[in-house]
Amino acid sequence: MARAVSNGIKLRNTAIVGTLGFLMFFPILWILILSFKTEEDAIRAPLEVLFSSGWTLESFTTVQERSDYFKHFTNSVVIAVGSTFFGILIAVPAAWAMAFVPAKHTKNVLMWMLSTKMLPPVGVLVPIYLIFRDLGLLDTRIGLVIVLMLMNLPIIIWMLYTYFTEIPGEILEAARMDGANLREEVLYVLTPMAIPGMASTVLLNIILAWNEAFWTLNLTAANAAPLTQFIASYSSPEGLFYAKLSAASIMAIAPILIMGWFSQKQLVRGLTFGAVK
Amino acid sequence: MATKASRAAARMMISPSVILLLGWMIIPLSLTIYFSFLRYNLITPTGNPFVGWENYYWFVTDPSFKAAMINTLLLVGGILLITTIGGVIFALLLDLPMFGQGVIRIMVIAPFFVMPTVSALVWKNMFMNPVNGIFGRLATGMGFEPVDFFGQIPLLSIIFIVSWQWLPFATLILFTAMQSLDQEQLEAAEMDGASWRNRFWFIILPHLARAITVVILIETIFLLSIFAEILVTTNGGPGTATTNLTYLIYVSSLLQFDVGMGSAGGVIAIILANIVAIFLMRMIGKNLDA
Repeated sequence: MARAVSNGIKLRNTAIVGTLGFLMFFPILWILILSFKTEEDAIRAPLEVLFSSGWTLESFTTVQERSDYFKHFTNSVVIAVGSTFFGILIAVPAAWAMAFVPAKHTKNVLMWMLSTKMLPPVGVLVPIYLIFRDLGLLDTRIGLVIVLMLMNLPIIIWMLYTYFTEIPGEILEAARMDGANLREEVLYVLTPMAIPGMASTVLLNIILAWNEAFWTLNLTAANAAPLTQFIASYSSPEGLFYAKLSAASIMAIAPILIMGWFSQKQLVRGLTFGAVK
Repeated sequence: MATKASRAAARMMISPSVILLLGWMIIPLSLTIYFSFLRYNLITPTGNPFVGWENYYWFVTDPSFKAAMINTLLLVGGILLITTIGGVIFALLLDLPMFGQGVIRIMVIAPFFVMPTVSALVWKNMFMNPVNGIFGRLATGMGFEPVDFFGQIPLLSIIFIVSWQWLPFATLILFTAMQSLDQEQLEAAEMDGASWRNRFWFIILPHLARAITVVILIETIFLLSIFAEILVTTNGGPGTATTNLTYLIYVSSLLQFDVGMGSAGGVIAIILANIVAIFLMRMIGKNLDA
């Protein structure tokens, strides 16, 4: 706002909006606190938890020892990074071609790709489950990498496409006039301009794949289970062990929470397919 | 720029994506439709005879189908109501001049990055547990009878949890839309004596209309498929009190191994989602022209 606003009003706004923001964030803060408590302390009254109990790392070590947290963490990393990597590999050429060599049908192809994203996963649960069973892909990481890659491919292509179309074609022409060949054009002109867009595409898709909780829950059991499935195993009766559930939860969400904060702006573009900028 | 050679190259570059997505769409989809017309159960081999519309008939006339449709409607409707209204309020509030706006925004948006199984279990155990949960303790502390959230108001509890996850999404998008609002127009209206209410109704809300529509459509697509939150909190119960269409199909296909019935449900879910998708696609398509 162009007008000068008094500090009093600013303080009042900060107090009101800050309180609401704090309430939204409180559950996350609360499990962060509980994860550093013993089981006995974690189920005490909230004020006692805060002011009259010690801090410990015990829960984190127990979670690792009892349920092999790192195995599931590795699964999540492999699945999220793997599906994003292959998705990018397939999507970059497609998005590049549609952005720089648009044809008559480019728009229709884009819209059709988007429409595949509208298919509810449960609508194809049965065939995918049976195909996976017959191919021996149930409860394997490679199976989930394939499914999540296909699921997110339309988003990846769309995001890259919107970023690529923002690169002015004149710059490429200028480079060509100056005698750059195709390799130089791609390497020295296009790539540097495309890197920020690619980075945010990668980030958003890792987040989406990390948190995906339909296919990961239905297609994995013990071996390939990522963190979503690992946490689901706490549904009962282990859920009553507050400190351990908190420690496991914090370890499951922390990496993505940090990545998410960096990619807030790109999130809007990625999730609305460019309809809101 | 587009020569014949570059056109051919472009087609080559697009084709892997097209082929993969085509396979991903057509193979499972046609199998779902095919299975939906068979008597096909994984535990009782029946030779999978063709039975016409029988699966659809039994799926739709089952009392749990009606319950699931109502629950799906209540879930989607309730969450949309809370998140869009809450999102508009948060977007307006975050737009006010204040200190530490970046930090506050991060706190509001954080829940969106929490995986569904974590948020459902944390709310269920740490907050909604009638004995040790914070809500229960607050109620007892003030002399009220604590509410048994998942026994007495299970569907409402799930609506609450999922709203917490999606409110940040609505806020983020509506806040982004707020940023492109013409401040001079707003100030001009204020100088002309327009009240805050009128400025909201006649300038801010129309400006946000497009973003609100996008939020509603995208959320609907995702909310029709709520699954993990139900699986880890109530397993669809008590009875069918929290079974939505997605969960019902999961029960028939992966718990009762009834491939035919599950597929018939799947086809119904696809048709439902497509009705919403048509509107969403039209909006996005318009934007592509602009």
